[in-house]
Amino acid sequence: MGYVWDFFAVARNADILLAGLGQTLLLSVCGIAVGVAIGGVLAAMRLSGRRTLSWPALAFTEFYRNTPPLVHFFWFFYGLPMAFGLTLPPFAAALAALGVQSAAFFAEVFRGGILSVETGQWEAGRALGMGRARLMRRIILPQAARRMAAPFVERSFELVKTTTLAAALAFHETIYSAMVIVTQTYRPLEVYTVVAGLFFIVLFSASQVAEWLEARGRRAGAR
Amino acid sequence: MTVAGDVVLQVEDLHKSFGSTEVLKGIDLSVRRGERIAILGSSGSGKSTLLRCLNVLEMPTRGRLILDGEAVGKPAAGGGTRYREAELNRLRARVGMVFQQFNLFPHMTALENVMEGPLSVLGRSRAEARRTAQRHLERVGLGGKAEAHPARLSGGQQQRVAIARALAMDPEVLLFDEPTSSLDPELVGEVLGVINDLSEDGRTMLLVTHELGFAYHFATRILFLHEGRILEDGPPEQVLKSPREERTRRFLDRFTAFRF
Ligand SMILES: Nc1ncnc2c1ncn2[C@@H]1O[C@H](COP(=O)(O)OP(=O)(O)OP(=O)(O)O)[C@@H](O)[C@H]1O
Ligand SMILES: [Mg+2]
Repeated sequence: MGYVWDFFAVARNADILLAGLGQTLLLSVCGIAVGVAIGGVLAAMRLSGRRTLSWPALAFTEFYRNTPPLVHFFWFFYGLPMAFGLTLPPFAAALAALGVQSAAFFAEVFRGGILSVETGQWEAGRALGMGRARLMRRIILPQAARRMAAPFVERSFELVKTTTLAAALAFHETIYSAMVIVTQTYRPLEVYTVVAGLFFIVLFSASQVAEWLEARGRRAGAR
Repeated sequence: MTVAGDVVLQVEDLHKSFGSTEVLKGIDLSVRRGERIAILGSSGSGKSTLLRCLNVLEMPTRGRLILDGEAVGKPAAGGGTRYREAELNRLRARVGMVFQQFNLFPHMTALENVMEGPLSVLGRSRAEARRTAQRHLERVGLGGKAEAHPARLSGGQQQRVAIARALAMDPEVLLFDEPTSSLDPELVGEVLGVINDLSEDGRTMLLVTHELGFAYHFATRILFLHEGRILEDGPPEQVLKSPREERTRRFLDRFTAFRF
Protein backbone atom coordinates (compact mmCIF):
# COMPACT_ATOMS: atom_id res chain seq x y z
CA MET A 1 0.00 0.00 0.00
CA GLY A 2 1.58 3.21 -1.05
CA TYR A 3 -0.83 5.72 0.41
CA VAL A 4 0.79 9.12 0.80
CA TRP A 5 -0.67 11.06 3.72
CA ASP A 6 -1.18 14.75 3.13
CA PHE A 7 -2.28 16.68 6.19
CA PHE A 8 -1.53 19.99 4.53
CA ALA A 9 -4.83 19.64 2.72
CA VAL A 10 -6.48 19.76 6.15
CA ALA A 11 -4.23 22.46 7.54
CA ARG A 12 -5.10 24.79 4.67
CA ASN A 13 -8.75 24.48 5.66
CA ALA A 14 -8.23 24.54 9.41
CA ASP A 15 -10.39 27.66 9.77
CA ILE A 16 -13.45 25.86 8.37
CA LEU A 17 -12.87 22.89 10.64
CA LEU A 18 -12.34 24.98 13.77
CA ALA A 19 -15.44 27.02 13.04
CA GLY A 20 -17.30 23.71 12.81
CA LEU A 21 -15.83 22.60 16.12
CA GLY A 22 -17.02 25.85 17.66
CA GLN A 23 -20.56 25.12 16.46
CA THR A 24 -20.29 21.57 17.83
CA LEU A 25 -19.35 22.91 21.25
CA LEU A 26 -22.10 25.53 21.15
CA LEU A 27 -24.69 22.91 20.22
CA SER A 28 -23.34 20.60 22.94
CA VAL A 29 -23.50 23.18 25.70
CA CYS A 30 -26.98 24.32 24.71
CA GLY A 31 -28.09 20.69 24.32
CA ILE A 32 -26.87 19.82 27.80
CA ALA A 33 -28.62 22.87 29.26
CA VAL A 34 -31.94 22.04 27.60
CA GLY A 35 -31.55 18.33 28.39
CA VAL A 36 -30.83 19.02 32.06
CA ALA A 37 -33.78 21.39 32.38
CA ILE A 38 -36.31 19.06 30.76
CA GLY A 39 -34.67 16.01 32.37
CA GLY A 40 -35.06 17.59 35.79
CA VAL A 41 -38.77 18.09 35.20
CA LEU A 42 -39.16 14.52 33.92
CA ALA A 43 -37.31 13.11 36.95
CA ALA A 44 -39.49 15.15 39.30
CA MET A 45 -42.61 13.87 37.53
CA ARG A 46 -41.47 10.26 37.80
CA LEU A 47 -40.62 10.64 41.48
CA SER A 48 -43.82 12.51 42.33
CA GLY A 49 -45.65 9.33 43.27
CA ARG A 50 -48.66 10.45 41.23
CA ARG A 51 -49.56 8.23 38.36
CA THR A 52 -50.95 11.09 36.28
CA LEU A 53 -47.48 12.64 36.30
CA SER A 54 -45.15 9.68 36.49
CA TRP A 55 -46.78 7.66 33.73
CA PRO A 56 -46.43 10.25 30.92
CA ALA A 57 -42.85 10.89 32.01
CA LEU A 58 -42.11 7.18 31.92
CA ALA A 59 -43.67 6.82 28.46
CA PHE A 60 -41.67 9.79 27.19
CA THR A 61 -38.42 8.44 28.61
CA GLU A 62 -38.92 4.95 27.28
CA PHE A 63 -39.88 6.25 23.85
CA TYR A 64 -36.71 8.30 23.45
CA ARG A 65 -34.49 5.62 24.92
CA ASN A 66 -35.69 3.07 22.43
CA THR A 67 -35.71 5.00 19.15
CA PRO A 68 -32.71 6.11 17.02
CA PRO A 69 -31.58 9.70 17.62
CA LEU A 70 -31.26 10.43 13.90
CA VAL A 71 -35.03 9.97 13.60
CA HIS A 72 -35.55 12.64 16.27
CA PHE A 73 -33.36 15.02 14.28
CA PHE A 74 -35.35 14.36 11.11
CA TRP A 75 -38.66 14.86 12.88
CA PHE A 76 -37.76 18.28 14.15
CA PHE A 77 -36.18 19.36 10.86
CA TYR A 78 -38.35 17.75 8.19
CA GLY A 79 -41.39 16.60 10.16
CA LEU A 80 -42.43 19.82 11.92
CA PRO A 81 -42.78 21.83 8.69
CA MET A 82 -44.87 19.07 7.09
CA ALA A 83 -47.10 18.39 10.08
CA PHE A 84 -47.45 21.87 11.57
CA GLY A 85 -46.00 24.22 8.97
CA LEU A 86 -43.34 25.16 11.49
CA THR A 87 -39.91 25.50 9.93
CA LEU A 88 -36.90 25.53 12.24
CA PRO A 89 -33.39 26.54 11.19
CA PRO A 90 -30.91 23.64 11.42
CA PHE A 91 -29.45 24.79 14.75
CA ALA A 92 -32.83 25.09 16.43
CA ALA A 93 -34.04 21.77 15.03
CA ALA A 94 -30.84 20.04 16.14
CA LEU A 95 -31.02 21.65 19.56
CA ALA A 96 -34.66 20.65 20.02
CA ALA A 97 -33.96 17.04 19.00
CA LEU A 98 -30.84 16.83 21.11
CA GLY A 99 -32.38 18.51 24.15
CA VAL A 100 -35.52 16.43 24.18
CA GLN A 101 -33.72 13.18 23.49
CA SER A 102 -30.98 13.72 26.07
CA ALA A 103 -33.60 14.85 28.60
CA ALA A 104 -34.81 11.26 28.68
CA PHE A 105 -31.32 10.10 29.58
CA PHE A 106 -30.59 12.89 32.04
CA ALA A 107 -33.91 12.16 33.76
CA GLU A 108 -32.72 8.61 34.37
CA VAL A 109 -29.42 9.88 35.74
CA PHE A 110 -31.19 12.23 38.17
CA ARG A 111 -33.76 9.65 39.19
CA GLY A 112 -31.09 7.00 39.71
CA GLY A 113 -29.03 9.36 41.86
CA ILE A 114 -31.98 10.33 44.03
CA LEU A 115 -33.19 6.76 44.46
CA SER A 116 -29.69 5.66 45.42
CA VAL A 117 -29.90 7.70 48.64
CA GLU A 118 -30.90 5.33 51.45
CA THR A 119 -34.46 5.50 52.78
CA GLY A 120 -32.94 6.09 56.22
CA GLN A 121 -31.87 9.55 55.04
CA TRP A 122 -35.43 10.45 54.05
CA GLU A 123 -36.70 9.11 57.34
CA ALA A 124 -34.14 10.97 59.42
CA GLY A 125 -35.13 14.21 57.69
CA ARG A 126 -38.83 13.56 58.07
CA ALA A 127 -38.34 12.61 61.71
CA LEU A 128 -36.91 16.09 62.30
CA GLY A 129 -40.07 17.56 60.80
CA MET A 130 -38.53 18.70 57.52
CA GLY A 131 -40.89 19.35 54.61
CA ARG A 132 -40.42 17.62 51.27
CA ALA A 133 -38.76 20.49 49.43
CA ARG A 134 -36.31 21.30 52.20
CA LEU A 135 -35.49 17.64 52.74
CA MET A 136 -34.77 17.30 49.06
CA ARG A 137 -32.56 20.36 48.95
CA ARG A 138 -30.66 19.94 52.21
CA ILE A 139 -30.37 16.19 52.61
CA ILE A 140 -31.09 14.22 49.44
CA LEU A 141 -29.74 16.29 46.55
CA PRO A 142 -26.29 16.95 48.03
CA GLN A 143 -25.81 13.21 48.44
CA ALA A 144 -27.44 12.32 45.13
CA ALA A 145 -25.34 14.88 43.25
CA ARG A 146 -22.13 13.04 44.08
CA ARG A 147 -23.50 9.77 42.79
CA MET A 148 -24.92 11.43 39.67
CA ALA A 149 -21.59 12.99 38.71
CA ALA A 150 -20.04 10.02 36.89
CA PRO A 151 -23.13 8.96 34.88
CA PHE A 152 -23.86 12.62 34.16
CA VAL A 153 -20.42 13.10 32.60
CA GLU A 154 -20.84 9.86 30.67
CA ARG A 155 -24.19 11.03 29.26
CA SER A 156 -22.84 14.46 28.38
CA PHE A 157 -20.02 12.87 26.37
CA GLU A 158 -22.60 10.75 24.55
CA LEU A 159 -24.45 13.96 23.76
CA VAL A 160 -21.37 15.71 22.39
CA LYS A 161 -20.82 12.79 20.02
CA THR A 162 -24.50 12.74 19.05
CA THR A 163 -24.30 16.37 17.91
CA THR A 164 -22.54 15.04 14.79
CA LEU A 165 -25.93 13.85 13.55
CA ALA A 166 -26.80 17.50 12.99
CA ALA A 167 -24.62 17.25 9.89
CA ALA A 168 -27.57 15.43 8.35
CA LEU A 169 -29.56 18.68 8.72
CA ALA A 170 -26.78 20.62 6.95
CA PHE A 171 -25.89 22.33 10.20
CA HIS A 172 -22.32 23.55 9.96
CA GLU A 173 -20.81 21.62 12.83
CA THR A 174 -17.56 19.65 12.72
CA ILE A 175 -18.65 16.73 10.54
CA TYR A 176 -20.46 18.93 8.06
CA SER A 177 -17.38 21.16 7.80
CA ALA A 178 -15.27 18.06 7.31
CA MET A 179 -17.51 16.95 4.45
CA VAL A 180 -17.11 20.36 2.85
CA ILE A 181 -13.33 20.11 3.05
CA VAL A 182 -13.41 16.56 1.70
CA THR A 183 -15.30 17.63 -1.43
CA GLN A 184 -12.67 20.27 -2.04
CA THR A 185 -9.54 18.25 -1.27
CA TYR A 186 -10.51 14.59 -1.81
CA ARG A 187 -8.64 13.77 1.40
CA PRO A 188 -11.30 11.98 3.51
CA LEU A 189 -8.80 9.85 5.42
CA GLU A 190 -6.80 12.84 6.67
CA VAL A 191 -9.84 15.01 7.31
CA TYR A 192 -11.75 12.45 9.36
CA THR A 193 -8.62 11.42 11.24
CA VAL A 194 -8.18 15.03 12.29
CA VAL A 195 -11.88 15.19 13.24
CA ALA A 196 -11.44 12.12 15.45
CA GLY A 197 -8.35 13.74 16.96
CA LEU A 198 -10.24 16.96 17.69
CA PHE A 199 -13.10 15.12 19.44
CA PHE A 200 -10.59 13.07 21.36
CA ILE A 201 -8.71 16.12 22.59
CA VAL A 202 -11.90 17.91 23.63
CA LEU A 203 -13.51 14.96 25.40
CA PHE A 204 -10.34 13.59 26.92
CA SER A 205 -9.42 16.94 28.47
CA ALA A 206 -12.98 17.35 29.68
CA SER A 207 -12.86 13.92 31.33
CA GLN A 208 -9.59 14.83 33.06
CA VAL A 209 -11.21 17.95 34.49
CA ALA A 210 -14.30 15.96 35.52
CA GLU A 211 -12.18 13.35 37.25
CA TRP A 212 -10.25 15.99 39.12
CA LEU A 213 -13.51 17.64 40.24
CA GLU A 214 -14.94 14.31 41.33
CA ALA A 215 -11.86 13.43 43.34
CA ARG A 216 -12.06 16.80 45.02
CA GLY A 217 -15.75 16.22 45.81
CA ARG A 218 -14.99 12.80 47.29
CA ARG A 219 -12.27 14.23 49.50
CA ALA A 220 -14.63 16.95 50.70
CA GLY A 221 -17.25 14.29 51.50
CA ALA A 222 -14.95 12.03 53.48
CA ARG A 223 -13.32 14.70 55.61
CA MET B 1 -48.37 23.13 80.40
CA THR B 2 -45.47 20.83 81.13
CA VAL B 3 -46.82 19.30 84.29
CA ALA B 4 -45.19 15.96 84.97
CA GLY B 5 -47.78 13.24 85.15
CA ASP B 6 -50.39 14.56 82.74
CA VAL B 7 -51.00 12.63 79.55
CA VAL B 8 -48.70 13.77 76.77
CA LEU B 9 -49.45 11.11 74.18
CA GLN B 10 -52.60 9.09 73.79
CA VAL B 11 -53.12 6.25 71.36
CA GLU B 12 -56.61 4.88 70.79
CA ASP B 13 -57.39 1.67 68.95
CA LEU B 14 -54.39 2.00 66.65
CA HIS B 15 -54.28 -0.40 63.72
CA LYS B 16 -51.65 -0.69 61.02
CA SER B 17 -51.70 -2.99 58.03
CA PHE B 18 -49.22 -3.48 55.24
CA GLY B 19 -51.28 -4.75 52.34
CA SER B 20 -53.38 -7.54 53.75
CA THR B 21 -51.20 -8.25 56.81
CA GLU B 22 -52.32 -6.49 59.92
CA VAL B 23 -49.23 -5.70 62.00
CA LEU B 24 -50.81 -3.65 64.78
CA LYS B 25 -54.17 -4.98 65.90
CA GLY B 26 -55.59 -2.36 68.17
CA ILE B 27 -53.14 -0.56 70.46
CA ASP B 28 -54.43 1.55 73.34
CA LEU B 29 -51.78 3.45 75.18
CA SER B 30 -51.64 6.45 77.39
CA VAL B 31 -48.22 7.97 77.96
CA ARG B 32 -47.75 10.36 80.86
CA ARG B 33 -45.24 13.15 80.80
CA GLY B 34 -41.89 12.02 82.16
CA GLU B 35 -42.57 8.31 81.75
CA ARG B 36 -39.77 6.14 80.40
CA ILE B 37 -41.33 3.20 78.63
CA ALA B 38 -39.35 0.20 77.40
CA ILE B 39 -41.06 -1.82 74.69
CA LEU B 40 -40.17 -5.50 74.50
CA GLY B 41 -41.29 -8.20 72.14
CA SER B 42 -39.95 -10.77 69.75
CA SER B 43 -38.93 -9.98 66.20
CA GLY B 44 -41.88 -9.10 64.01
CA SER B 45 -44.22 -8.34 66.89
CA GLY B 46 -44.68 -4.78 65.63
CA LYS B 47 -42.43 -2.76 67.96
CA SER B 48 -40.85 -0.66 65.23
CA THR B 49 -44.16 -0.20 63.48
CA LEU B 50 -45.70 1.09 66.71
CA LEU B 51 -42.90 3.62 67.26
CA ARG B 52 -43.06 4.72 63.63
CA CYS B 53 -46.80 5.28 63.93
CA LEU B 54 -46.22 7.49 66.97
CA ASN B 55 -44.37 10.07 64.88
CA VAL B 56 -46.37 9.15 61.78
CA LEU B 57 -43.43 7.93 59.72
CA GLU B 58 -46.05 5.25 59.07
CA MET B 59 -49.66 6.32 58.62
CA PRO B 60 -51.89 4.37 60.96
CA THR B 61 -54.59 2.48 59.08
CA ARG B 62 -57.10 3.16 61.83
CA GLY B 63 -57.24 4.73 65.25
CA ARG B 64 -56.46 8.04 66.90
CA LEU B 65 -53.28 9.73 67.96
CA ILE B 66 -53.53 12.56 70.45
CA LEU B 67 -50.48 14.66 71.27
CA ASP B 68 -50.86 17.14 74.13
CA GLY B 69 -54.63 16.93 73.96
CA GLU B 70 -54.74 17.64 70.22
CA ALA B 71 -55.93 14.91 67.88
CA VAL B 72 -53.65 14.39 64.90
CA GLY B 73 -55.42 14.47 61.54
CA LYS B 74 -59.05 15.00 60.68
CA PRO B 75 -61.65 12.26 60.49
CA ALA B 76 -62.29 11.36 56.87
CA ALA B 77 -65.26 9.79 55.16
CA GLY B 78 -65.21 6.03 55.61
CA GLY B 79 -63.82 5.99 59.16
CA GLY B 80 -60.17 6.73 58.30
CA THR B 81 -58.14 9.78 59.17
CA ARG B 82 -56.77 12.42 56.82
CA TYR B 83 -53.36 13.81 57.63
CA ARG B 84 -52.03 17.04 56.21
CA GLU B 85 -48.34 17.16 55.43
CA ALA B 86 -47.72 20.40 57.30
CA GLU B 87 -49.47 19.06 60.39
CA LEU B 88 -47.40 15.88 60.30
CA ASN B 89 -44.19 17.88 60.00
CA ARG B 90 -45.15 19.91 63.06
CA LEU B 91 -45.91 16.73 64.98
CA ARG B 92 -42.63 15.09 63.96
CA ALA B 93 -40.73 18.13 65.16
CA ARG B 94 -42.20 17.49 68.63
CA VAL B 95 -41.70 13.72 68.66
CA GLY B 96 -38.03 12.85 68.18
CA MET B 97 -36.71 9.58 66.81
CA VAL B 98 -33.40 7.77 67.17
CA PHE B 99 -32.93 4.97 64.65
CA GLN B 100 -31.21 1.64 64.90
CA GLN B 101 -29.03 2.57 61.91
CA PHE B 102 -28.25 6.12 63.21
CA ASN B 103 -29.08 7.65 59.80
CA LEU B 104 -26.75 10.58 60.27
CA PHE B 105 -26.39 12.91 57.28
CA PRO B 106 -23.02 11.82 55.82
CA HIS B 107 -22.37 15.07 53.97
CA MET B 108 -22.49 17.12 57.16
CA THR B 109 -20.20 17.30 60.16
CA ALA B 110 -21.42 16.11 63.56
CA LEU B 111 -22.17 19.71 64.49
CA GLU B 112 -24.06 20.39 61.26
CA ASN B 113 -26.10 17.23 61.80
CA VAL B 114 -27.21 18.52 65.18
CA MET B 115 -27.80 22.05 63.83
CA GLU B 116 -29.95 20.92 60.91
CA GLY B 117 -33.27 20.57 62.73
CA PRO B 118 -33.09 23.87 64.66
CA LEU B 119 -31.90 25.65 61.49
CA SER B 120 -34.31 24.37 58.90
CA VAL B 121 -37.32 23.34 60.99
CA LEU B 122 -37.34 25.60 64.05
CA GLY B 123 -36.00 28.59 62.11
CA ARG B 124 -33.23 29.37 64.59
CA SER B 125 -30.36 31.63 63.62
CA ARG B 126 -27.12 29.99 62.58
CA ALA B 127 -25.28 31.33 65.62
CA GLU B 128 -27.92 30.10 68.04
CA ALA B 129 -28.21 26.70 66.32
CA ARG B 130 -24.45 26.34 66.51
CA ARG B 131 -24.37 27.22 70.19
CA THR B 132 -27.07 24.76 71.20
CA ALA B 133 -25.68 22.04 68.91
CA GLN B 134 -22.28 22.34 70.56
CA ARG B 135 -23.95 22.09 73.97
CA HIS B 136 -25.84 18.94 72.95
CA LEU B 137 -22.70 17.35 71.53
CA GLU B 138 -20.96 18.01 74.84
CA ARG B 139 -23.91 16.47 76.62
CA VAL B 140 -23.34 13.18 74.74
CA GLY B 141 -19.60 13.41 75.34
CA LEU B 142 -18.63 14.46 71.82
CA GLY B 143 -17.79 18.13 72.22
CA GLY B 144 -14.41 17.43 70.63
CA LYS B 145 -15.86 15.76 67.54
CA ALA B 146 -17.96 18.67 66.29
CA GLU B 147 -16.08 19.02 63.00
CA ALA B 148 -15.86 15.29 62.23
CA HIS B 149 -17.95 13.74 59.49
CA PRO B 150 -19.95 10.61 60.41
CA ALA B 151 -17.65 8.37 58.35
CA ARG B 152 -14.86 9.22 60.78
CA LEU B 153 -16.84 8.27 63.89
CA SER B 154 -17.35 4.88 65.50
CA GLY B 155 -20.84 3.39 65.59
CA GLY B 156 -21.26 4.37 69.22
CA GLN B 157 -20.17 7.94 68.51
CA GLN B 158 -22.50 8.14 65.51
CA GLN B 159 -25.44 7.03 67.60
CA ARG B 160 -24.57 9.61 70.26
CA VAL B 161 -24.54 12.32 67.58
CA ALA B 162 -27.94 11.02 66.44
CA ILE B 163 -29.20 11.36 70.02
CA ALA B 164 -27.84 14.91 70.17
CA ARG B 165 -29.56 15.65 66.86
CA ALA B 166 -32.88 14.49 68.28
CA LEU B 167 -32.35 16.39 71.54
CA ALA B 168 -31.60 19.62 69.66
CA MET B 169 -35.28 19.74 68.66
CA ASP B 170 -36.19 19.66 72.36
CA PRO B 171 -38.90 17.07 71.63
CA GLU B 172 -41.74 16.40 74.06
CA VAL B 173 -41.45 12.71 73.37
CA LEU B 174 -38.29 10.92 72.33
CA LEU B 175 -38.47 7.54 70.60
CA PHE B 176 -35.59 5.06 70.39
CA ASP B 177 -35.83 2.06 68.06
CA GLU B 178 -33.23 -0.48 69.18
CA PRO B 179 -30.55 2.19 69.44
CA THR B 180 -27.78 -0.28 70.30
CA SER B 181 -28.72 -3.25 68.11
CA SER B 182 -26.33 -2.47 65.29
CA LEU B 183 -23.39 -1.70 67.56
CA ASP B 184 -20.40 -3.84 68.42
CA PRO B 185 -20.91 -5.16 71.96
CA GLU B 186 -18.14 -3.03 73.44
CA LEU B 187 -19.86 0.15 72.17
CA VAL B 188 -23.29 -0.61 73.59
CA GLY B 189 -22.42 0.66 77.05
CA GLU B 190 -21.48 4.22 76.02
CA VAL B 191 -24.78 4.70 74.18
CA LEU B 192 -26.92 3.22 76.96
CA GLY B 193 -25.00 5.43 79.38
CA VAL B 194 -25.97 8.53 77.42
CA ILE B 195 -29.62 7.45 77.22
CA ASN B 196 -29.64 6.73 80.92
CA ASP B 197 -28.28 10.22 81.64
CA LEU B 198 -31.26 11.70 79.82
CA SER B 199 -33.50 10.36 82.60
CA GLU B 200 -32.63 13.31 84.81
CA ASP B 201 -34.26 15.72 82.33
CA GLY B 202 -37.64 14.16 82.98
CA ARG B 203 -38.18 13.86 79.25
CA THR B 204 -40.78 11.37 78.05
CA MET B 205 -39.06 8.49 76.31
CA LEU B 206 -40.13 5.29 74.60
CA LEU B 207 -37.42 2.75 73.91
CA VAL B 208 -37.57 -0.47 71.94
CA THR B 209 -34.79 -2.68 73.16
CA HIS B 210 -33.55 -6.20 73.69
CA GLU B 211 -31.34 -5.10 76.59
CA LEU B 212 -33.51 -6.39 79.41
CA GLY B 213 -31.08 -5.42 82.13
CA PHE B 214 -31.02 -1.84 80.90
CA ALA B 215 -34.80 -1.78 80.52
CA TYR B 216 -35.14 -2.90 84.12
CA HIS B 217 -33.06 -0.04 85.50
CA PHE B 218 -34.00 2.66 83.02
CA ALA B 219 -37.73 2.25 82.45
CA THR B 220 -40.54 3.37 84.69
CA ARG B 221 -42.87 1.14 82.74
CA ILE B 222 -42.56 -1.84 80.44
CA LEU B 223 -44.77 -2.94 77.56
CA PHE B 224 -44.61 -6.39 76.06
CA LEU B 225 -45.85 -6.56 72.50
CA HIS B 226 -46.98 -9.78 70.93
CA GLU B 227 -48.42 -10.16 67.44
CA GLY B 228 -49.51 -6.56 67.25
CA ARG B 229 -51.11 -6.32 70.68
CA ILE B 230 -49.93 -5.10 74.06
CA LEU B 231 -49.86 -8.22 76.18
CA GLU B 232 -48.22 -6.81 79.24
CA ASP B 233 -48.08 -3.30 80.67
CA GLY B 234 -46.68 -2.49 84.08
CA PRO B 235 -43.69 -1.50 86.18
CA PRO B 236 -40.40 -3.30 85.32
CA GLU B 237 -40.39 -5.17 88.61
CA GLN B 238 -43.73 -6.74 87.87
CA VAL B 239 -43.44 -7.36 84.11
CA LEU B 240 -39.92 -8.79 84.22
CA LYS B 241 -40.15 -10.75 87.48
CA SER B 242 -43.73 -11.89 87.59
CA PRO B 243 -45.30 -11.51 84.16
CA ARG B 244 -49.03 -12.19 83.88
CA GLU B 245 -48.89 -14.03 80.59
CA GLU B 246 -47.29 -17.32 79.71
CA ARG B 247 -46.09 -15.77 76.41
CA THR B 248 -44.15 -13.12 78.25
CA ARG B 249 -42.52 -15.71 80.50
CA ARG B 250 -41.43 -17.75 77.50
CA PHE B 251 -40.01 -14.63 75.86
CA LEU B 252 -38.07 -13.71 78.99
CA ASP B 253 -36.78 -17.24 79.45
CA ARG B 254 -35.08 -17.05 76.07
CA PHE B 255 -32.66 -14.48 77.47
CA THR B 256 -30.53 -17.01 79.28
CA ALA B 257 -28.21 -14.42 80.76
CA PHE B 258 -31.17 -12.63 82.26
CA ARG B 259 -30.56 -12.10 85.98
CA PHE B 260 -30.91 -9.24 88.39
N1 LIG C 1 -43.02 -1.32 55.15
C1 LIG C 1 -43.45 -2.58 55.39
N2 LIG C 1 -44.07 -3.28 54.42
C2 LIG C 1 -44.53 -4.52 54.64
N3 LIG C 1 -44.42 -5.18 55.79
C3 LIG C 1 -43.82 -4.54 56.82
C4 LIG C 1 -43.29 -3.22 56.66
N4 LIG C 1 -42.74 -2.85 57.83
C5 LIG C 1 -42.91 -3.89 58.67
N5 LIG C 1 -43.55 -4.91 58.07
C6 LIG C 1 -43.90 -6.19 58.68
O1 LIG C 1 -44.56 -5.93 59.90
C7 LIG C 1 -44.20 -6.87 60.89
C8 LIG C 1 -43.72 -6.15 62.12
O2 LIG C 1 -42.54 -5.44 61.79
P1 LIG C 1 -41.77 -4.57 62.86
O3 LIG C 1 -40.58 -4.04 62.16
O4 LIG C 1 -42.70 -3.60 63.48
O5 LIG C 1 -41.35 -5.64 63.93
P2 LIG C 1 -40.39 -5.48 65.17
O6 LIG C 1 -41.14 -5.91 66.36
O7 LIG C 1 -39.80 -4.13 65.19
O8 LIG C 1 -39.27 -6.57 64.84
P3 LIG C 1 -37.69 -6.52 65.06
O9 LIG C 1 -37.42 -6.90 66.48
O10 LIG C 1 -37.17 -7.55 64.11
O11 LIG C 1 -37.22 -5.14 64.72
C9 LIG C 1 -43.14 -7.76 60.27
O12 LIG C 1 -43.75 -8.97 59.90
C10 LIG C 1 -42.68 -6.99 59.05
O13 LIG C 1 -42.34 -7.88 58.02
MG1 LIG D 1 -37.86 -3.32 64.79
